[in-house]
Amino acid sequence: MALRIAACVAVVVLSAAPASADARTDAKEQVAFGISVAQRGLWREAIYRWERAIEIDPTYAAAFNDLAIGYEHEGQLDKARKAYEKALELEPDNFQIRQNFELFKEINDRQSSGSETRQ
Amino acid sequence: MTVRVPAAKHANSLALVSMAAVLAAVAVACGPSYFEIPIETPIRAKMDVSPFQRVLVAGFVAGGTDDVDTNLETVRLLRSQLRSKSSLRVIDADVMPLVEIAKDQSRPAGEASEGSAAGGPDGGGNAPRASGDATALPTVIREERDLEPYERLFANTAYWKAIGEEFQNPLIVTGTVLFAPKTSNTIVQRDQEVFDSFGRRRTVPQRTFMERKGFRLHPKFVFIDGRTGTTIYSEGYIEEILYPAQQNTPALSSYFELMDRLVPNFLSALSSQKIRGTRVLLN
Repeated sequence: MALRIAACVAVVVLSAAPASADARTDAKEQVAFGISVAQRGLWREAIYRWERAIEIDPTYAAAFNDLAIGYEHEGQLDKARKAYEKALELEPDNFQIRQNFELFKEINDRQSSGSETRQ
Repeated sequence: MTVRVPAAKHANSLALVSMAAVLAAVAVACGPSYFEIPIETPIRAKMDVSPFQRVLVAGFVAGGTDDVDTNLETVRLLRSQLRSKSSLRVIDADVMPLVEIAKDQSRPAGEASEGSAAGGPDGGGNAPRASGDATALPTVIREERDLEPYERLFANTAYWKAIGEEFQNPLIVTGTVLFAPKTSNTIVQRDQEVFDSFGRRRTVPQRTFMERKGFRLHPKFVFIDGRTGTTIYSEGYIEEILYPAQQNTPALSSYFELMDRLVPNFLSALSSQKIRGTRVLLN
């Protein structure tokens, strides 16, 4: 009986990585490549990779987080906010994403405070 | 010779193997893959200052404390910041006593003090008046509501246009600044060191009533187009600082400490900036 249970666990675990695991693996590769180029200052290439990653796996919070950082670095603050919000929607308890978002908001609030009375 | 492994033992090792596989999969999937990375966020200027080559930090309606000449210090500080951190040429002119100017403008035309130094930046006294609004202005400014009646000064486009013409149509920076003392009485929890009869040290949280004193700074910066006299943009901020009651901090140093927090915001209205920071990339 115990043997059967163990076998079941193994089968469930190994097959619980269905097609989505492949997608996640591919997305992870894109994200990792994006990180390596971002570290060398190639932010546009990094953004391209992270955008690919979220296309491949739209449930990958880390990819949205990294993409948000990339957008932030490029000054695309609206896109950055949306990407952070999506990352937090996927992983609401992720401390690092939350911290990144808080830092972003600090700058973004600075940008949007004040009232322009002429367009 | 073969040894028969008991079925239960065999099942246990299989369970262990499958557990190890699970843990390995989890470790690969959720490995500690994070990378701190420095970023520079470009912040666009909030206003288009391209039509202007020069900037006049005219003066401020200021109040709150008598310990600091808030109008003079704010003008000095902003001029020096603009000189070093913006492309606009800063006009050196006398600081305008806007409280006096506003009072002068609110008087009926017949009562205007002849040769009043309050009329214009050069003390000419011939600047356009606000249109017939004779609401009394508070003589002493101690809090925000005392500043409100002065706001109409910034809507007097004819007056600011005249100032603009006098200085060849610069961007005009003006506004209100309240720098007022603030006290706060709060319960603070602190760890107190105590020793028991054996000499062992331990800390005990202790709640104490604490009086703190400090200052509150509430500036509102108003940016006026010197060509038309109209307000282009305005923004307000509030900052405060509190010290233990026994600490004696000069008002002027508190003022500069608080302004130091606000100056980047002020500058970001006029010029593009890059804000340096650090973020965490995840994999």
